[in-house]
Amino acid sequence: MAAIAQEPAQESAHEAAAIEMIGVNKWYGQFHVLRDINLVVGQGERIVICGPSGSGKSTLIRCVNRLEEHQSGRIIVRGVELTNDLRKIDEIRRDVGMVFQNFNLFPHLSILENCTLAPIWVRKMPRREAEDLAMHYLARVKIPEQAHKYPGQLSGGQQQRVAIARALCMNPRIMLFDEPTSALDPEMVKEVLDTMVALARDGMTMLCVTHEMNFAKQVADRVIFMDRGEIVEANAPEPFFANPQHERTKLFLSQILG
Amino acid sequence: MAERTTPSFLRTEPSPVLPPPVFAGGAVKWVRENMLAGPGSALFTLVGLAFIVWATPGLVRHLILDAVWTSPDGVACRAPGAGACWSFIARKLEFFLYASYPRDMVWRVNLCLAMGAVLAVWLLWPGAARKGLGAALFFIVYPVAALVLLHGSEALGLPKAPTDLWGGIFLSMIVATVGIVFSLPGGVLLALGRRSRLPVVRFFATLFIEFVRGVPFITVLFMANTMLPLFVPASWSPDRLVRPLVGVSLFASAYMAEVVRAGLQAIPRGQTEGAMALGLSYWKMMRLIILPQALTVVIPGIVGIFIGLFKDTTLVAVVGIPDFLRTVETARLDPAWAGPTISTTGYLFAGAFYWVFCFGMSRYSLMMERRLAAGRKR
Amino acid sequence: MSGGEQGAARPQVPLLHDPRFRGILAQALTALVVISLIWAAVDNAATNMRARGIPTNFDFWDRTSGFDVNQTLIAYSAISTYGQAFWVGLLNTLLVAGIGIVFATLLGFLLGVMRLSANWAARSFAAIYVETLRNVPLLLQLLFWYNAILTPLPAPRASLGMPSVTLTWPDAPSFALALAAAGGAFFAARFARSRAEDDARELLASVGAALGWIVALVALLFGASVFIGAPGGGVLHWGGPAGVYLNNRGLLLPDPRFGPGFEWVMAALALGVALSLAFGIWARRRQALSGAQSPLALVSLALILGLPLLAFFAAGGPVTLEYPVLRGFNFQGGVRVLPEFVALLLGLSLYTAAFIAEEVRAGVQSVARGQTEAAHALGLRAAPTLRLVVLPQAMRVILPPLTSQYLNLTKNSSLAVFIGYPDLVQVFMGTVLNQTGAAVQVIAVTMAVYLTISLATSGLMALYARRTAWAER
Ligand SMILES: Nc1ncnc2c1ncn2[C@@H]1O[C@H](COP(=O)(O)OP(=O)(O)OP(=O)(O)O)[C@@H](O)[C@H]1O
Ligand SMILES: [Mg+2]
Repeated sequence: MAAIAQEPAQESAHEAAAIEMIGVNKWYGQFHVLRDINLVVGQGERIVICGPSGSGKSTLIRCVNRLEEHQSGRIIVRGVELTNDLRKIDEIRRDVGMVFQNFNLFPHLSILENCTLAPIWVRKMPRREAEDLAMHYLARVKIPEQAHKYPGQLSGGQQQRVAIARALCMNPRIMLFDEPTSALDPEMVKEVLDTMVALARDGMTMLCVTHEMNFAKQVADRVIFMDRGEIVEANAPEPFFANPQHERTKLFLSQILG
Repeated sequence: MAERTTPSFLRTEPSPVLPPPVFAGGAVKWVRENMLAGPGSALFTLVGLAFIVWATPGLVRHLILDAVWTSPDGVACRAPGAGACWSFIARKLEFFLYASYPRDMVWRVNLCLAMGAVLAVWLLWPGAARKGLGAALFFIVYPVAALVLLHGSEALGLPKAPTDLWGGIFLSMIVATVGIVFSLPGGVLLALGRRSRLPVVRFFATLFIEFVRGVPFITVLFMANTMLPLFVPASWSPDRLVRPLVGVSLFASAYMAEVVRAGLQAIPRGQTEGAMALGLSYWKMMRLIILPQALTVVIPGIVGIFIGLFKDTTLVAVVGIPDFLRTVETARLDPAWAGPTISTTGYLFAGAFYWVFCFGMSRYSLMMERRLAAGRKR
Repeated sequence: MSGGEQGAARPQVPLLHDPRFRGILAQALTALVVISLIWAAVDNAATNMRARGIPTNFDFWDRTSGFDVNQTLIAYSAISTYGQAFWVGLLNTLLVAGIGIVFATLLGFLLGVMRLSANWAARSFAAIYVETLRNVPLLLQLLFWYNAILTPLPAPRASLGMPSVTLTWPDAPSFALALAAAGGAFFAARFARSRAEDDARELLASVGAALGWIVALVALLFGASVFIGAPGGGVLHWGGPAGVYLNNRGLLLPDPRFGPGFEWVMAALALGVALSLAFGIWARRRQALSGAQSPLALVSLALILGLPLLAFFAAGGPVTLEYPVLRGFNFQGGVRVLPEFVALLLGLSLYTAAFIAEEVRAGVQSVARGQTEAAHALGLRAAPTLRLVVLPQAMRVILPPLTSQYLNLTKNSSLAVFIGYPDLVQVFMGTVLNQTGAAVQVIAVTMAVYLTISLATSGLMALYARRTAWAER
């Protein structure tokens, strides 16, 4: 205990931030899509991002694992800064899992193969071990019996849970969710949200783009509202919902809640 | 998990909308991504640029600067260092167009080509008015009128021009047009037959389509040329031009059938059910509901068949029909013009002719595809 | 109960209004029309053929042909039969189609990938190639290759000879220098890239890196002699003729003669294949136990190529090349490839490659963008993403049109008749038909051959597609 307490101060400060975005700007052609984004996500912190369509939410979280390139500012993930260096990008992608709105499962691979692909080829894990790991996570998302089916044979909710299991198989430290429930029928939303809540309870660092406000109230440490490419307001869920400060936040909340 | 104080944030003044940094957009970005993305990319760019620099002067010299533009015969083209022999093309142009068609009657050919062009533009122009009328003219009236005009008719005071005199570009156009005119209705009938619920009809249609698609076009032409006269009573003795035209029509119909079938398959089941619920008979349903939709969906495919057909018209030369390419071959071997650049010049001209037509049609089909996609999105 | 009641009470329908009866009537009519047409044709044909004295049986098959063919894969001469001429033509068709398919596939895939390249030069080259070649009739291209390129070539005495290229080991100092230059350029390039911080410097760095790579490449390829001018220091030497000549009589190549001891080379090849299979199994097991990946492709290549090469040297080089030699006005020895074959092969491969390139492009583009993104998000790099995720999905889209392109190439090989390559159509449907007059039989046999090839290929394709289809909703 004492040894842990004596860790150097700056080291722990460094460790504390899972993601740091400092003055990030991004353009699509002439279009300024992310404007001066400053965001620090602590270890184990759960953040929900919401905002109107086209406000840049997807773009923001896709910059974290370099699916999109930012043009100015700094993004530091677990102490590693994102540059053009391929090895750094590899390192970050290994630690950051992502779940997409439309699942993006690989249709030519079985559920089990979808889950073992990255552990085998990226983490160089023995096949058997990878399969055990995949079965473990498939059991956690409650569909171990589907392991030998193909993605096309599963319901939307099941597919999305497979996608979560697939990401978890890489033992990520951070999970990104881009509207994981918005392509699902209402009765399937709950099963996916339950999985995400369980994940949050286990202390995973999460960055979720979602309009599921109950999920936000239940698990988020902070809710961030984005509009027109900038972060407009950020606050803990209770004050955020009970007492929004900014005009645009109020308008948005009244639209989706009322 | 320990309670965490969450930093709250409220934007007081909006962050400015800025132009992208120079290197994020514009020409510099384009160059970086498209020419210098990495070592391999840079090498490719270098080789490409070097090739352009190396090839352009030679090409310009051969095609323009050193080319022979006016010369009554091949002497100037035989001079050492002479480039492309364009005067050869100019002098032979009439032959390429009409082959041996009597020169005093070529106005009839020109009239036919002009009518065909007008009708084709009418039918292909997106959103042109009264396409039904245009189609009726093109598929029924035009062929008859063209036949009478080209072949002549004593009754109308037009002297006869026997088919052995026909040839050149206008004959290629005839072959292509006949293929189009017969293949569309033929293909629709065959496609309906192949999708019919009557097994006997389905069997014959499938047999025909698979047979024709499984053999080379040349063998179909051979068959039409040598076997057709055997299959009909000896007294009919089909004209030497009619025989390959029958082959072309059969061949194009089979390919067209597969394209139309794809269109029929793309129409949702509900359309048939809706039409039947309205009490339409099979043929009314097909004519009014299904075919208009199916044919619209496959316009790009149909144009694709036309492109293939147009290129394949060159093969009728195998049964002795002097199409455009055959006239180029004949002209190329004319001793008066013999020279080292004549062959390449002739082929270049012929290639450019076919290319302009085929490339134009493929662009057209691309445009239609985009329009269709846009229409579906709405 | 209700069914019984309905059945009992089924009202009488007038026959003509009963859809089932109408269906049967329509089918009977169709059958009647088709069959009577066929019958009339057969009847007419019998009459006409008898009247013109055209043979109606296959007696000609075993008669002496009396004509020669200038490319035969089986023993054939003017005293052989028409039946043998058929086989000669068929084998020639299969030969040109088989080689053409290999070339067209290689070139087509290369061009398809180039069309999707981010590099401007590669992309535009492929686009221009595809749009030019597929919009010009194949026949025109064949005539161009044959009449405008191959026929005007010089006579044998002035043949174009390909100089031989020999690779030599450079002397030690120039080798060291080349290595140093290459290594220096390579590391300078990497350093420049890794130090790039802002955009301007990154641009400069990527230009620098590209130049560095090029310098490294050139240095390694040409050795240091270029830089220090040491005589004989180079790596590549251009020497005398390599035994490959091109003239208006065709393409001459050295003829390999297999001496005793060659069976050892073949044995080594078999051993290489067996060993690489064994290595594959071992690599799988090793992966399952320890997770380590093995360079399977590299090791297999080394085994399959390296072992026979070793055996070749160990057996004292049991293959001797018989070079073509100019004697008087013509070449003796070597293998002569007919100019007609060269033209047909060139035309077919280049033309079909344009279509294959388009199928490849469409196949790769049909794989949703999200698939690549998901693979990247899992940490897979570009190459494994392509190999494990994109290509398997693209191949499923590419394969059916690819086989139909192969069939097109095979059918298009019949254009041989225009330039006089002795394929099935030229030999059998041309010469044999003309000499025997047995039009119906000859055309039927020829069509049956192509039809068999087509149907068999599409049947196999359908079977394969069903076997490899992954389950879908
Ligand atoms: N590849 C691209 N090229 C150009 N513009 C793009 C591109 N991708 C997104 N955009 C634009 O950037 C803006 C932000 O897009 P983004 O997908 O991040 O929005 P979002 O907040 O996720 O919206 P939604 O809730 O609809 O998913 C939008 O206006 C969009 O049109
Ligand atoms: Mg989004």
